[in-house]
Amino acid sequence: MTRETAIKAENLSLTFQTNDGPVHALKDVSLDINKGDFVSFIGPSGCGKTTFLRCMADLEQPTGGSITVNGVSAREARKSRAYGYVFQHAGLYPWRTIGKNIRLPLEIMGYPKADQDARIKRVLELVELDGFDKKFPWQLSGGMQQRASIARALAFDADILLMDEPFGALDEIVRDHLNEQLLKLWAKTQKTIAFVTHSIPEAVYLSTKIVVMSPRPGRISDVIENPLPVDRPLDIRDTQAFLDVAHRVREGLRAGHSYD
Amino acid sequence: MTKTALSVLTVLAAIVVTWYLAVAPMNIRVALDQAERAGGAIDPPSAVERREMSNWVLMAKNRDYISEGYNLERPRLPTPKQVAQELWKTTGAMVLKGRTWSKRSLIYHGWITLQSTFWGFLLGTTIGIIGAVAIVQSRVIEMSVMPWAIISQAIPIVALAPMIIVLSSQVGIEGRGFPKALISSYLCFFPVLVGMVKGLRSPTSEQLDLLKTYSASGVQRFLKLRVPASLPYLFTSLKIGIAAALVGAIVGELPTGAISGLGARILIGDQFGTPLAIWAALFAAAILAGVLVTLLDRTQQVLLRRMGMRS
Repeated sequence: MTRETAIKAENLSLTFQTNDGPVHALKDVSLDINKGDFVSFIGPSGCGKTTFLRCMADLEQPTGGSITVNGVSAREARKSRAYGYVFQHAGLYPWRTIGKNIRLPLEIMGYPKADQDARIKRVLELVELDGFDKKFPWQLSGGMQQRASIARALAFDADILLMDEPFGALDEIVRDHLNEQLLKLWAKTQKTIAFVTHSIPEAVYLSTKIVVMSPRPGRISDVIENPLPVDRPLDIRDTQAFLDVAHRVREGLRAGHSYD
Repeated sequence: MTKTALSVLTVLAAIVVTWYLAVAPMNIRVALDQAERAGGAIDPPSAVERREMSNWVLMAKNRDYISEGYNLERPRLPTPKQVAQELWKTTGAMVLKGRTWSKRSLIYHGWITLQSTFWGFLLGTTIGIIGAVAIVQSRVIEMSVMPWAIISQAIPIVALAPMIIVLSSQVGIEGRGFPKALISSYLCFFPVLVGMVKGLRSPTSEQLDLLKTYSASGVQRFLKLRVPASLPYLFTSLKIGIAAALVGAIVGELPTGAISGLGARILIGDQFGTPLAIWAALFAAAILAGVLVTLLDRTQQVLLRRMGMRS
């Protein structure tokens, strides 16, 4: 079965010019992400995983190679609002209630008022925050704020979700819960998800495809097709199959790590 | 709560006590001169000799006359009680007598100054906000406007005020209202400008990136992010701005030969040697500034709370 390609990178490079000379954040990175995939990017700091995600979002401009999103350039994809982006910090506007934060993209994109209301209600239910629309961000816990920011990215019709270490700042128990919820959400919405993480268990538990990256210069050192079944209860993490995948990821990380 | 009240009252008490203590050395010469005229025995008896001696020596030699310094009609430094009495005489007592708007009433003079303050504040705030918006929009405007704004604040307003008044009468503007408001706004616009530039630039790169992912327009970015993010900064600078506007209004009344307004009262008090009038006007100005800043502070708290920000 061949599926459509959602994101395609070919020989993508990005070099930052700094006072200490050029930094190769990405070098000759090529990758295909199919529609409906859940792809995790894992690697140590400085391996370019966030930069790669920001290139997909047209928040960084690559200095070499090409990247297409939904068959068009990243810039056109951004202009046509092809993706929702979830940042490391929830980044909710403190002067807006949760409901109004979710309304923000809808206002900007010009959805009719009645449609806005319906969408806010739907995504709040989706992330299990119904009843919280009138609360201000500071009245919510960190995990709830991050769920609200995911709801904000889901509110408009983008079939790609780009997530930059969204659960990195949360404790492990909250993180487990959100991972489980995210999988359900993915199954329900059929979105294509690109997910940056530091955590091996998180990457293995969530993804259909795991991209292992290594630093200096930032590049892909391994791409692992996850053999785990789509239906994943939390305790799948204790099975041998899970540990095998995790082991391969760890090997990939070790191989890519230079000890110079 | 009681702890806060206690420390506030301690500071207040310290100020009042220091003030009372300072009255004795400040007024000893005037007290002795007055006693000399009344035929009292003073050591040394001649005013010329006394000029050579320090206040402390005079106090030590004429202990009996120290208390006189607390009851002078034209003291160098009036006591807090005298100031309070003068303040009451020119405000509350006038109201009770039904002469609130008499030329002797500080309420009348305060009202004149308040009007100039208000127009100066309005003008200064408008200039400050428009300037900040322009500066944030364009690097070129920032580089061409900001140095002038900074230089403008290096020029003493006292030097500039007479020129503004002369120029405005030259171009045919009658009355003192407009030049006073202009002088007032000159002091007021700067804190608003600086505060608003900072506020409009306060959104984080993540907040800005978020709007970029929505492919939001420049106007949307401005209205939905920069403006609301700047509001806490705006109120902080408005509070500084209104106090500066009041100072500007008073300065605007000094060199103009004005006969009404708190500034005019200070100047006239100086010319006619009535220190009590000066001090009462000073305190009236301070109280007015306190009231204005408090009003803005309350508005800020209500508004920001409604916006969900914990202030």
